Amino acid sequence: MSKGSPISPALLAARPAPPAAPARETASVVPVSAVRGPNRVVPPTEMLGSAAIVRSLEELGVDDVFGLPGGAILPTYDPLLASTKLRHILVRHEQGAGHAAQGYAMVTGRPGVCIATSGPGATNLVTAIADAHMDSVPMVAITGQVSSAFIGSDAFQEADIVGITMPITKHSYLVTKAEDIPRVLAEAFHIATTGRPGPVLVDVAKDAQQSSMTFSWPPKVDIPGYRPVVRGHSKQVREAARLIGASQRPVFYVGGGVVKAHASVELKELAELVGAPVVTTLMARGVFPDSHDQHVGMPGMHGSVSAVTALQQADLLITLGARFDDRVTGVLSSFAPHAKVIHADIDPAEISKNRTADVPIVGSVKEIIPELTAAVREAFDAQERPDISAWWKTIRHLRETYPVGFTQPDDGLSAPQQVIKRIGELTGPEGVFVSGVGQHQMWAAQFIQYERPHAWLNSGGLGTMGYSVPAAMGAKVGNPDRVVWAIDGDGCFQMTNQELATCVINNIPIKVAVINNSSLGMVRQWQTLFYEGRYSNTDLNTGHDTVRVPDFVKLADAYGCVGLRCERDEDIDATIEQALAINDRPVVIDFVVSRDSMVWPMVPSGVSNDLIQIARNMTPTWEQED
Amino acid sequence: MARHTLSVLVEDVPGVLTRVASLFARRAFNINSLAVGPTEVAGMSRITVVVEAEGDLLEQVTKQLNKLINVIKIVELTSEQSVQRDHVLIKVRADAATRLQVTQAADLFRASVVDVSIDSLIIEATGTPEKLSALLSVLEPFGIREIVQSGTLAIGRGAKSMSDRALRSA
Repeated sequence: MSKGSPISPALLAARPAPPAAPARETASVVPVSAVRGPNRVVPPTEMLGSAAIVRSLEELGVDDVFGLPGGAILPTYDPLLASTKLRHILVRHEQGAGHAAQGYAMVTGRPGVCIATSGPGATNLVTAIADAHMDSVPMVAITGQVSSAFIGSDAFQEADIVGITMPITKHSYLVTKAEDIPRVLAEAFHIATTGRPGPVLVDVAKDAQQSSMTFSWPPKVDIPGYRPVVRGHSKQVREAARLIGASQRPVFYVGGGVVKAHASVELKELAELVGAPVVTTLMARGVFPDSHDQHVGMPGMHGSVSAVTALQQADLLITLGARFDDRVTGVLSSFAPHAKVIHADIDPAEISKNRTADVPIVGSVKEIIPELTAAVREAFDAQERPDISAWWKTIRHLRETYPVGFTQPDDGLSAPQQVIKRIGELTGPEGVFVSGVGQHQMWAAQFIQYERPHAWLNSGGLGTMGYSVPAAMGAKVGNPDRVVWAIDGDGCFQMTNQELATCVINNIPIKVAVINNSSLGMVRQWQTLFYEGRYSNTDLNTGHDTVRVPDFVKLADAYGCVGLRCERDEDIDATIEQALAINDRPVVIDFVVSRDSMVWPMVPSGVSNDLIQIARNMTPTWEQED
Repeated sequence: MARHTLSVLVEDVPGVLTRVASLFARRAFNINSLAVGPTEVAGMSRITVVVEAEGDLLEQVTKQLNKLINVIKIVELTSEQSVQRDHVLIKVRADAATRLQVTQAADLFRASVVDVSIDSLIIEATGTPEKLSALLSVLEPFGIREIVQSGTLAIGRGAKSMSDRALRSA
């Protein structure tokens, strides 16, 4: 704290820090294990701040980074060239670096790293940072900043990126002194990957990169205000087990937190013990196998009738790593009206944010689920549990009567659902499927059978069009031995397809299926349903019987990818097989499909989930109302 | 809606006040007053924030604040278990004819006169928001030229110290 002034100037804005405060004797230090990576010991070595950035990343165990250089980060790109441990993948737009880092993190569980310069480089990362924040993706974004003496002067390529990203990062740092670099990076990786994962921004002033410092490893990490709770409260776990033991209509409401916690094995054990229906949200597809008899589908606005109804009619929601998002609940006041709620989440702020929890459990589902399994086993032994076979009869009936399906379009063009379904079937469950945002995203969630976690990536919270191609690129770097599909729309694809160049140059052979309905399909669907078919600005002219601007096959060819086009049902399988056989370069398939296909089921916006429609103006017949 | 006083112990690092303030803006929480300053522990500051919220919303405010990495501890200080004070400086019109009345009014509130000019006085007062608003209504008829007021400061009664407890539990 600066002497004499009632408010430290440091408090007011993100400006260079005053001289370091004297060491706090009483403050505890996070154990050394808080520093990620192999934890080698590096004795004090003189180097520049820029070299310290590269060295810190190496010591943190980073292998791959995605980025694009510019003036303010230029010093760091010099030692990067010499690094034998870091593979830097040069993207064509910083947003691509951000989404690639996300895709990498989503398939590997390790933090994704992206690097950009100051000003526009940093602002181009903003969408990806916001996306990672909404979907809790562990990511560290490193940006160059103008020299500390110029900060605040509207210097060339200056942007207050710490300020800009404050609401969309888990935490952020402005580094103005070279000696802070190792500690800040170690803290950034610790914060990004522990607790509820999220993006951390590290903005490094150019002079900090250019100054010399003494590097040693591991650094002392001291974050007194950050102590994520991992273990669930045992009393709450027992109470949850008691409710499960007494429930007649329980449902597992499983969210992306279970994927992030790598707790699919633990989940399966608990689910099988309880024997209740399981729904997996958009972010959790695959964490519980679709083929499992207890799986009843995806809930939400475009969820299956069985999943939506299971939640609506349940007397107990066993909520694990989910956050009662509005796309799942519909009108909140009418969501699961008869249900008591067990809510386990690592983020205490999610509990009772939207829906009040009867049994809140703060902690990692990785720890909570096994404890809950043990407690449930005890509860089942102690007392006879209610018969849930009537409940299963209702849910099974709905699952069999209203499977997620589609009708063949009238215009003679292929059904987009059929294309996506066949991609899933011919690729198999070991593939990775990365979608953009819109109709094709919902179809990819509905019609591909997911059997394992980390096989399905999409932008769920932010809904970022353009996520698919760069995220698939990152996923392929993280999982080079898996087949990685970008299932994209013609609108989304045009937002970020420049990363095809990155894929070709760096030998990252992803497969892109452009589900080309020549329009911004989801918006068009809403215009069909809610705006009397007035198609305002949703026609993209990329499809059948249009000028085809751009021609996706020629575009693929221009980038050095294999470009294929499929316009008839009978060619779907052969085209997919052809793409699956090519592994030396990216493949782009222009699947020309009908623009009239719609995503069903649908809960129209602003109404209760009870009003789910299985097709336009068609609601299920409720035979066994409770 | 009820007012609640939160004491927020934070690391004194660049941008921490911005983080706290922007959190309130982003989550659409209403701030009634805010005061910030150093504490007895080097490297730590304390923000006293009065919010208009109750029940679930107050819980959400606290949880979201706790998610900020630089926030070390948050306690709610009730009016019974804490001392809460606002500080105000008031410039009042006062000429030879009214000066005595104004100073007498200030005396009644144990406020002090800290500046005198030919036609005005500056009065300094400390107290609860209720006391200060009573003082203001008494001074009002004389003509108030200018007011500057601090946010509420609050401290828990008794021997315990917030930073002490925060650091011990840490």
